[in-house]
Amino acid sequence: KVPKPTKASSKKKVEEGVDTGDGWDEWSHGKALTKPADQLELTEAELKEEITRILTANNPHAPQNIVRYSFKERSYKPTSVVDQMAVHFVLEGSLLHQDSDEARRLRSSNDLIFSETATIDTGAEPDEEKPETPEAGEEDRPDSVASKTDKKEPKLTNQFNFSERASQTLNNPLRERSCQTEPPPRSIFSATANQWEIYDVYVEELQKQEKNKEKQKAIPSKKDNEKSKKKMMLMETQGDDFTKVGKASKIFERMVNQNTFDDIAQDFKYFEDASDEFRDQEGTLLPLWKFQYDKAKRLSVTALCWNNKYQDLFAVGMGSYDFSKQGRGMLVFYSLKNSAFPEYIYPTNSGVLCLHIHEQHSHLIAVGFYDGCVAVYNLKEEGLEPVYKSTAKTGKHTDPVWQVRWQNDDMDNNHNFYSVSSDGRVVSWTLVKNELVFTDIIRLSVNGAVSEGPEGLVVQRLTFHKQIDYLFLVGTEEGKIHKCSKTYSSQFLETYNAHSMAVDAVKWNPFHPKVFISCSSDWTVKIWDHTINTPMFTFDLNAAVGDVSWSPYSSTVFAAVTTDGTVHVFDLNINKYEAICQQSVVAKKKTKLTHIEFNPIYPIIIVGDDRGYVTSLKLSPNLRKKPKAKKGQELPKGPEVEIAKMEKLLSLLREPEQNAV
Amino acid sequence: MAGTGEGKKEEADYKRLHSFPLIRHTDMPEEMRVETMELCVTACEKFATNNESAAKMIKESMDKKFGSSWHVVIGEGFGFEVTHEVKNLLYMFFGGSLAVCVWKCS
Repeated sequence: KVPKPTKASSKKKVEEGVDTGDGWDEWSHGKALTKPADQLELTEAELKEEITRILTANNPHAPQNIVRYSFKERSYKPTSVVDQMAVHFVLEGSLLHQDSDEARRLRSSNDLIFSETATIDTGAEPDEEKPETPEAGEEDRPDSVASKTDKKEPKLTNQFNFSERASQTLNNPLRERSCQTEPPPRSIFSATANQWEIYDVYVEELQKQEKNKEKQKAIPSKKDNEKSKKKMMLMETQGDDFTKVGKASKIFERMVNQNTFDDIAQDFKYFEDASDEFRDQEGTLLPLWKFQYDKAKRLSVTALCWNNKYQDLFAVGMGSYDFSKQGRGMLVFYSLKNSAFPEYIYPTNSGVLCLHIHEQHSHLIAVGFYDGCVAVYNLKEEGLEPVYKSTAKTGKHTDPVWQVRWQNDDMDNNHNFYSVSSDGRVVSWTLVKNELVFTDIIRLSVNGAVSEGPEGLVVQRLTFHKQIDYLFLVGTEEGKIHKCSKTYSSQFLETYNAHSMAVDAVKWNPFHPKVFISCSSDWTVKIWDHTINTPMFTFDLNAAVGDVSWSPYSSTVFAAVTTDGTVHVFDLNINKYEAICQQSVVAKKKTKLTHIEFNPIYPIIIVGDDRGYVTSLKLSPNLRKKPKAKKGQELPKGPEVEIAKMEKLLSLLREPEQNAV
Repeated sequence: MAGTGEGKKEEADYKRLHSFPLIRHTDMPEEMRVETMELCVTACEKFATNNESAAKMIKESMDKKFGSSWHVVIGEGFGFEVTHEVKNLLYMFFGGSLAVCVWKCS
């Protein structure tokens, strides 16, 4: 369809175009245009002629007269449809579609290749990728390697309007902290060393060593010396510490006790039995503190003694009267301020039978033991051993010591005391430096004047006269009482057939110089005038009398304890025949009372029993009543009055007795 | 001392008698004191003629045993006033003529 002339004309056009181009012009300038030899020679008119050409999609080379055999019509027929396409160039591409099988195969087979395929993929047309990555969105599409690799990672970031967000919390302000230890303590020391000083010190040290009787010069001995010194110091310091605590705890114990037994303390101080008003003459005893010590529970109270200086303190001797139950004993000190625990405790190997506290030096206590020893304890000294003790060498008794009594200091100002024992000896003991010196005052056994058995006189008790220094009384086991003198050791001044059984106690009246009292297991208490050998009073108490004691405040008042557990208080001034108070003070029926003692100041008594208990009792007002006005003008007080009171009683008795005799 | 024979004898006697270590003042605890004293004795006997070496030995041993900064003075005559950490001072005489002062202060 395309006309041939158009082809030639187009050629021409091209040539013209070439010619007219600026670029061409420049470099072809100065050169003659070469013309092919066979170029058409055209006239001007021909050249100016316009040739119109229409470009169509038809292939000018395509044959237009193709005839094919039609089997349907069984004849040759020209085909109207001609292929217009002309292929000018063909190149096989190396791109693969990523979804294709081959691509997949490649991907799996080799990583290296994979990366290539990735590149290939990215090279692929956007149209191809679109269906594959719908979630990535349009933004992702144009991206090349990066977007591909991103796709593999879990996190997808928005590449276009993505913005990183971050916030910063407030940082805590920095603080500085430091501490400083205290520097080790320091001190300053100064001294001067020179030869004479060194010499002096050595000489001094040597002298000290010599003084210690340690003839040493070597180094080791010196060390020993030092060590022992140190030990001593240690001991001392430890001891000091202990005593410090001890004192504090003692105070504390007392405070606690004061609290616990406040009602008792109040009773002790203030309670007066109001019912006494109506009872006229009789009185009662109010039990106060009860003292006991666990370790002395099995022992019976064998001796009681108040301390003269500290009126709240008393000593208790523990032991046993039973021959078959002899064993250890104990010496304990109680204070009314602390009823829970003893102030002092001295365990002894033998039972204590008697004790006496020195009246001026109240830290000295003389003690007599069942085994015949006498000992002196010093409360000021530490340790549980007595400061003095008699031994077999130094004339101890061969039988139990029944009584010890301090005497006035002798002419050399040595303390001394008397002891009396079943072996019949009355011995005076003198404390000289660090030993006990004994002197036999009287050997009652060798005095044949009285009707004692050949084995000897068994002395139970003795008592010394207050004013007449040399005069003393001894009570014996067979019931006799002897009046003796320190000066006449060969014989008795008097013998009283006092009791039918052993004399348990003999005591001078503290006021009246002639009167003494005795008690015995034969149930009786007797009061005597030592000038008369028959009793002035006899009281039958219906039980063996353990002890009897004069009151310190009245010449006519005394108290006795019996083995049935009763305390009997008499005031002869009020009733000459019967006790004004009879009161059982023991918890158990079987308990026997063994001893009684009046406090020298307070209106209380202490009684000891055979179970180791000591009970303190307050005397009701009636029991310590001063003589009433009806007796006359007896308001003045003093020993004279008391003596007169007793004398009056005695004179009443003497008359009828003398009449009777 | 007199230069007479008697004096000499006395001197010898003194030397013999006064050879033991004598602690003049210390605030050390028992164990430390004993150890230090023995160390001083050893050092003074080892370097009987050279106090400096003895002092050095004592100082070094003490530094090792009880921590650093010990000071030692040994001599026959000297005066001093030192500041020391408490429980760390020993002042002793030895051999009749030597005074040894050992203290710690850093």
